[in-house]
Amino acid sequence: MYSANPTYRLLIALVLAVVLMALDQRSKWVEPVRYGFGYLTAPVHYLAHLPVDSARWLGRLSETRSNLMESRERLERQVLILEQKVQRLAVLQAENVRLRELLNSSANLDASVLVAEIIGVDPDPNRQELVINKGGQDDVLQGQAVLESQGLIGQVVEAGPLSARVLLITDASHAMSVQVNRNGVRAILAGTGQGSRLRLLYVPDTADIREGDLLVSTGLGQLYPRGYPVARVSRVSHQSGAAFAEIEARPTARLDRVSHVLLVQSMEPVSMPDMAPEPPSGEAGSSQETLPDDE
Amino acid sequence: MMNNERPAGTGVILVTFVVAALLEVVPLNQTLDWVRPEWMLLVLLYWVLSLPHRIGVLWGFLVGLYLDVLVGATLGQWALSYAFGAYFMLAAYKRMRVFPLLQQSAVVFLLVGSANLVAYLVQESVGRTLYPPFTILYSAAASAVIWRPMCTALRWTQHRFLVR
Repeated sequence: MYSANPTYRLLIALVLAVVLMALDQRSKWVEPVRYGFGYLTAPVHYLAHLPVDSARWLGRLSETRSNLMESRERLERQVLILEQKVQRLAVLQAENVRLRELLNSSANLDASVLVAEIIGVDPDPNRQELVINKGGQDDVLQGQAVLESQGLIGQVVEAGPLSARVLLITDASHAMSVQVNRNGVRAILAGTGQGSRLRLLYVPDTADIREGDLLVSTGLGQLYPRGYPVARVSRVSHQSGAAFAEIEARPTARLDRVSHVLLVQSMEPVSMPDMAPEPPSGEAGSSQETLPDDE
Repeated sequence: MMNNERPAGTGVILVTFVVAALLEVVPLNQTLDWVRPEWMLLVLLYWVLSLPHRIGVLWGFLVGLYLDVLVGATLGQWALSYAFGAYFMLAAYKRMRVFPLLQQSAVVFLLVGSANLVAYLVQESVGRTLYPPFTILYSAAASAVIWRPMCTALRWTQHRFLVR
């Protein structure tokens, strides 16, 4: 073994690595390799998370009685408020379903969710990703949307057997279709690679988007469920001469503080006749004024 | 004389790699992430340095592949990078053993830097880089600084558990 020339081995490694990279980028053939290694990598993530877990456990042990009572009272109040909201929601939902039936569009039912805990973050500053403690064995699938109580977080990009990786909406390679809640103007929301900064792409200067506008997911692209809050517009600047307005937004989800996330389990394809004629990407922003004009 | 004996302690080597993997993903704040040493590469370099007849390019490739899945990189990115790292160390280990401390750290800086460069090129080609290439030098510098204490710890481990 010692006599074997390491240069040949390096060449073999080079060829193997290039083949692996090409297959990983262009096909699904090496998914089993990733999945298999996942059994070995997930324990490391769990172990790395252990100090956080035990600190939380210790904190819970040392909680004082008055603190607990206080938080219980607060939660009870919160439940009361939420219950009141839910009462109205039931009526609204029924009404919504009836109206959708009138429009001949499918009713979007409640999606069931799975709760997962964040057990790791990507150490690479170039990427914005999380690791969660649910994987293929809990029926997590690639492409599932991941939410937090305040809004959308991202999507599952890799489902290992015991853990999964979530690509955050702030990653520089991430973009999704959103619309302004106030008036339905649609645009593409792209990440910048920095936490808590997003950009709206290709928005014409004249589009009606103001600071403070809530951006919600449109469901176009079939990946994210429709109607979840994603971000809030934080800055709008118009430059004379520039083709598009420069609009920045801030995610509504607390990406850096949240410890538990929700995975949307079953997502019915929502058919939207009023939005069908358009491709989900491309010029979603510039065509907001053009209502369906074909047929 | 040691080389005549049967290899032993593969389990211990694997455990050191798992500990290194743990250090690779332990959550730090965003500033410290920049200067996170390449733990797994350092451990690999140490084992290549002390057991060049056993640990080489193939180990580098497999350890790198493991790291690829661990951090969710393109499969092959770190595998290639670590294969290069092990290869360079195989070429340099005889000199490395007689180098004084400072010079050893300098060599480690170069090795980690060039291995990082390979990984950066791969990442760049798949469009997942955001920051300019010189940023890989931060972790290379951190690796050079941590090399000596890590060597001491690993040498103790090697002698304690009779790895050869």
